[in-house]
Amino acid sequence: MADAKKKKLTLVQQQYQELAKSHEPPRPIAMNFVRAFLVGGLICALGQGIQTVFIHYFGFDPKTAGNPTVAVLILLAALLTGFGVFDRIAQWAGAGTAVPVTGFANSIVSAALEHKSEGYVLGVGGNMFKIASPVIVFGVAAAFVVGLIRTLIEMGG
Amino acid sequence: MLKGHQSWEFASRPVILSSAAVGGPFEAEGPLAEDFDLLHGDTLMKQKSWEQAEKVLLEEACDKALEKAGISKEHINFFLGGDLMNQIISSSFAARTLAAPYLGLFGACSTSMEGLALASLLVDKQSADYALAGTCSHNSSAEKQYRYPTEYGAQKPPTAQWTVTAGGAAVVGRNDGTRNRLHVTSATIGRVVDMGLTDPFNMGAAMAPAAFHTIEAHFRDRQLPYDTYDLVITGDLGRVGHSILCDLFQRHGINIPLDTYQDAGILIYGDNPGVWSGGSGCGCSAAVTYGHLLKKMRQGAWQKILVVATGALLSPLTFQQGESIPCIAHAVSIEA
Repeated sequence: MADAKKKKLTLVQQQYQELAKSHEPPRPIAMNFVRAFLVGGLICALGQGIQTVFIHYFGFDPKTAGNPTVAVLILLAALLTGFGVFDRIAQWAGAGTAVPVTGFANSIVSAALEHKSEGYVLGVGGNMFKIASPVIVFGVAAAFVVGLIRTLIEMGG
Repeated sequence: MLKGHQSWEFASRPVILSSAAVGGPFEAEGPLAEDFDLLHGDTLMKQKSWEQAEKVLLEEACDKALEKAGISKEHINFFLGGDLMNQIISSSFAARTLAAPYLGLFGACSTSMEGLALASLLVDKQSADYALAGTCSHNSSAEKQYRYPTEYGAQKPPTAQWTVTAGGAAVVGRNDGTRNRLHVTSATIGRVVDMGLTDPFNMGAAMAPAAFHTIEAHFRDRQLPYDTYDLVITGDLGRVGHSILCDLFQRHGINIPLDTYQDAGILIYGDNPGVWSGGSGCGCSAAVTYGHLLKKMRQGAWQKILVVATGALLSPLTFQQGESIPCIAHAVSIEA
């Protein structure tokens, strides 16, 4: 991919890009892995804790406790987004906050907040899924394909 | 008067009668805070949206500049403004308030010097008595239009830059021979340079070649030695672009003394690691030039400076369509 792109460039452009590359500080990938692992793990541990609370104190069983647990995590992420803290944590944590359901909640709440100035219908309504919609579209499409494959295998079996 | 291929020399030496810079709360924490005429404690500036807040920055910068020049807005023959927003709304809406004849410009972050060059040309050719050049940018409105919602948690790489929340304006008038004034002596208009870079989180590397071409053209057209200026300053290359440009100067034998070359994107926030490579945006070169640099020149710190404002002429749409980033730079020389 990168090579195909580079072939379209002139020699001067290629030389410049190599020169520019040598001046760019690289992304701290190893550090990002560690941070994402820590924060992502922490969020999952928190989710596990919340689920345990729902099971032990609110009479849910392990299967039904999933939904209220996710709802609490979404609420927390939404509140942190509204208070303007989430993006700061995310700059530090990277994929650690983006991959769990907190990242999905943040993408919707931040877009809704941002476009409130254009009104509730066209602003909030029209834009709140701006970042989240690819996840939904391709999530549904992937689920359909996987479901189809599973059905076919079961029919064959 | 045309000099060389793409430069103007202003024989009448138009005067910068006054200049003003207005900034936001984050700029107020930076090392140049004292050089702003007005600093806001709130990024919304008592407005309902980021876009309105950005417009206020330009309106206030224009007001301050007019106040300092001792003229009213009715005296302004032409207002030359531009900004980063779609359809340059901040400038056009500020022009509505100003009610002066208006020419809207778009040069992305190079607009500050594009405006100053044209304002000086108008005054030099006796096509205006007073011309006002101004521009502005707002961190949140730029994030909203070019990147993600302001509160969205996306991690930025170390080459990214922080869009400056600031506005700057300058009033250019005729040279009546009064001493101790700042004069605009020449300008070089840059051409679009595209080295095929596509990463919008690495604008410094994309814009550095444009700055290089304009600076090279300036010295070639005017046939000046490379140590003419006490200070050569680029608009918003940041640390990455600054270091690339230093390298380019050396490789191509442009012997500008490197201790006289600085970047406004580095100056405005100093060593703050929270802005990654440095500041960017129309307001960056405008606020640093019209606030910090001209103030220092009035105090006698420098006699001659060359301001090279750099702009990345991309849109979120062209980026998504896989286009590379075309860049431009305009240079203006200011002398005491």
